[in-house]
Amino acid sequence: MSESERFEPLIIGFTCNWCSYRAADLAGTSRMKYPPNVRLIRLMCSGRLDPTFVLKALANGADGVLITGCHPGECHYLEQNYKAMRRYYLLRAMLTQMGIEPERVRLVWASAAEGARFAEEVTRMVEDVRRLGPLNWPAIAADGAEPAASRNGHGPAAAAETAPVVPEEAKP
Amino acid sequence: MSTAPSSPKSQERIGVYVCHCGSNIAGVVDVKDVAQWAGRELAEDGVVIARDYQFMCSNLGQELIEADIKEQGLTRVVVAACSPHLHEATFRTACQRAGLNPYLCEMVSIREQVSWVHTDRDLATAKAKALIAGGVERVAWHEPLEPLIVPINPTTLVVGGGIAGIQAALEIADSGYPVILVEREPSIGGHMAQFDKTFPTLDCAACILTPKMVAVGSHPNITLLTYSEVERVDGYVGSFLVTIRKKARYVNAETCTGCGLCIEKCPVRVVDEVFEAGLGYRKAVYRSFPQAVPKYPVIDTEHCTYFQRGKCKACQIFCPTQPKSINFEQKDEIIQVEVGNIILATGYELFDCRRIPQYGYGRLANVYTSLEFERLCNAAGPTGGEVVLRDGVTKPKTVGIIHCVGSRDSKYNSYCSVICCMQSLKFAHLVKERTGAEVYNFYIDMRTPFKDYDEFYQKVLAEGVHFVRGRVAEVTDAARHPGEEGKIIVQVEDTLIGRQRRIPVDMVILSAALEPRRDAQEVAHKFGIACSANGWFIEKHPKLDPVATMTEGIFIAGCAQGPKDIPATVAQGAAAAARVIGRIHQGHLALEPVRASVIAERCSGCRICNNLCPFNAISFREDLGVTEINPALCQGCGTCVAACPAGAITGTQFSNEQVFAQIEGLLMLDFSGAPRGAAVRMLEPALS
Ligand SMILES: Cc1cc2nc3c(=O)[nH]c(=O)nc-3n(C[C@H](O)[C@H](O)[C@H](O)COP(=O)(O)OP(=O)(O)OC[C@H]3O[C@@H](n4cnc5c(N)ncnc54)[C@H](O)[C@@H]3O)c2cc1C
Ligand code: SF4
Ligand code: SF4
Repeated sequence: MSESERFEPLIIGFTCNWCSYRAADLAGTSRMKYPPNVRLIRLMCSGRLDPTFVLKALANGADGVLITGCHPGECHYLEQNYKAMRRYYLLRAMLTQMGIEPERVRLVWASAAEGARFAEEVTRMVEDVRRLGPLNWPAIAADGAEPAASRNGHGPAAAAETAPVVPEEAKP
Repeated sequence: MSTAPSSPKSQERIGVYVCHCGSNIAGVVDVKDVAQWAGRELAEDGVVIARDYQFMCSNLGQELIEADIKEQGLTRVVVAACSPHLHEATFRTACQRAGLNPYLCEMVSIREQVSWVHTDRDLATAKAKALIAGGVERVAWHEPLEPLIVPINPTTLVVGGGIAGIQAALEIADSGYPVILVEREPSIGGHMAQFDKTFPTLDCAACILTPKMVAVGSHPNITLLTYSEVERVDGYVGSFLVTIRKKARYVNAETCTGCGLCIEKCPVRVVDEVFEAGLGYRKAVYRSFPQAVPKYPVIDTEHCTYFQRGKCKACQIFCPTQPKSINFEQKDEIIQVEVGNIILATGYELFDCRRIPQYGYGRLANVYTSLEFERLCNAAGPTGGEVVLRDGVTKPKTVGIIHCVGSRDSKYNSYCSVICCMQSLKFAHLVKERTGAEVYNFYIDMRTPFKDYDEFYQKVLAEGVHFVRGRVAEVTDAARHPGEEGKIIVQVEDTLIGRQRRIPVDMVILSAALEPRRDAQEVAHKFGIACSANGWFIEKHPKLDPVATMTEGIFIAGCAQGPKDIPATVAQGAAAAARVIGRIHQGHLALEPVRASVIAERCSGCRICNNLCPFNAISFREDLGVTEINPALCQGCGTCVAACPAGAITGTQFSNEQVFAQIEGLLMLDFSGAPRGAAVRMLEPALS
């Protein structure tokens, strides 16, 4: 990113396999345009969204996280998106306590038919996060941080430990 | 490029394939640059070969992958092309042909998510690289999986005995497999049994429906359980265990001959709100209609004098069979059946026209609902087919038919009920034929697609029916001048001439919307499927899989899935049957191995996950003190995986490692495609 230009946020988007991923597909087949700042991950259901995924994304340099799923009442696993919603509110409270603007994480429902909505929400999110500016995660997490480990430290060996989120000098 | 990959999987040999998709991808993304970048910069992450090709999904494209797997000893494959919903199966199969487990292949969508939605070539190319990096990191953590094979019980449960359920049951039974048909009402037939004529051919509903009903009643492969309801569904595709309540009929089916003497002798007359839509009467012991299947009556205990006051028994006294077929002691019966597949054909309900008070239904005597009118012109109905006003004698001289009542209106239902235009045209024709009255159809748009439908409209136009385009504002008996006295006035803005009109008529028919059954949500829950925002059962795919649902082994047919006419309903009944028959033929089913499982050593037995699963896949083993997941019930949503505070639940195809690795990969490059710093370590799960 050249400094003279405007800030271009990186956003990780979580989609569910049945609704919002298909909304993204539809935005594509309908040739709708949205900014290329979002990179998507397909989960089976928004209910799979472990809050640590969001923290991981933010810690690894994402400036925002977009969580998407089927509309309430339309979840392909019946009602798991309500569970995603509950976690989302908890997560936002947690982010606030960590000193991160909760607006960096957003939950959006999009049905498989809502390609336009998906494109609009992505565009809006990119604009909003651009206004917030870069997320300076290492500074935020510096209090009480332990020495960093390498990338891929989530491997089985590391998994047995339980420690809070530990960042590394993650700046380029 | 990347930092010391401590990943235990970096010794994988990964092949990356970047598709041009003609110019669909290559027109926006520099695919050659992407492939070269992946081969060079992702080498440390295990990429041993990266190619670009015109059409990866073509035979030649697939052969390219297969040859590399064999010759280069690839252990993982990443295909960057279209959406996995399009070609995941294609590339998985290609891998399998070359001897690589199909689940070791990952697709990255650089068409729907990149070239079709972005325009800047450099930025699109940068994003394509990032997405591929995500795929490469993720696929290293994939595991070889085998599909789950489950046996299929050859018996099928069909719920709902309308024309959809009837068709489905007959198709399956005719192909030699057993069917259990459960119907809530005392007879099968559904709404169609109430109609007089059916559009567009105007053949008599009973004439085409009754033979099918009789066939169901006498089919050796069909067990018919009427006046029954499903209470509970356990198990999963191939072996459901279904608990059914057979409500007490107080009539012994083994001995009853269906002679109907009991009905004749019963002294109690009750308004028939169900079959006669409130226009006619039935007795306290009754058959829904003369051609009912089965023929045995039921006693309505709420109105029966014996049940209410302990006296009467006329039906039993006059019953000619020995022993008597009326049994006041009969009790509800609970039975359990094992079935392999289930078809839900529970149909629709009519919109309650009282919800639009300005249309006068329930207040103005001669405002009728569409179903009432069906009974009114049915030869077996309360007036013997005479179209007359509520007084029972006067023929109407003018009739207004209002389309879209409760449909296409954001206050009630925003959807189109599909059949109302044709049904209103049918009514217009029948009114003309029976009474010679002037007929006004008030419509918003005339919707007559499908075979012979518009021809029917042309015919009704030629018969001299008036068509007024506009949404009716009010139906009232408040006359403004002597000419309106004693009439019902339909107030409407005629949008074709741009003027308000008041049209006095003698009778108004409201073409009410089709709505989901009021218990649709409850039924959906019982069978583990979902309803759309409008309340209709959701199909697996609106175009390509209209009768399957997201729950394996549960199919839907007819109006339960959405409003439709009889031809479409029958087609869906047959389609659902075909899907089921195919499975029974196979004898077993291969399920996607996307499943959660509990690592017993890590489970603390907290049971937090126990109530999270909508499919009841999670249960607690009291003897072991840990939770277990039944792989055949689990649908793989992953909610429990995300919830377990001990990190004891893991999922195939959606493990934490896979998602974490993908996040790292996706964030390897910045917005413009320049490398970012090393990834940040985070332990899973961070909550304790
Ligand atoms: C006034 C009117 C006129 C029409 N005229 C025509 C026409 O001329 N031509 C045409 O093509 N279409 C017409 N239609 C449309 C037609 O009615 C439907 O296409 C068709 O009846 C749908 O059949 P179905 O089996 O899906 O539903 P239904 O007929 O509603 O049957 C569903 C059955 O399931 C049973 N059931 C419901 N819930 C349960 C449960 N939980 N457990 C057990 N059983 C249950 C019900 O008792 C019922 O028997 C008309 C509709 C209306 C309202
Ligand atoms: S939430 Fe985890 S620890 Fe608790 S019972 Fe379920 S599997 Fe065991
Ligand atoms: S992954 Fe979803 S479906 Fe499977 S056991 Fe867990 S909650 Fe149930």
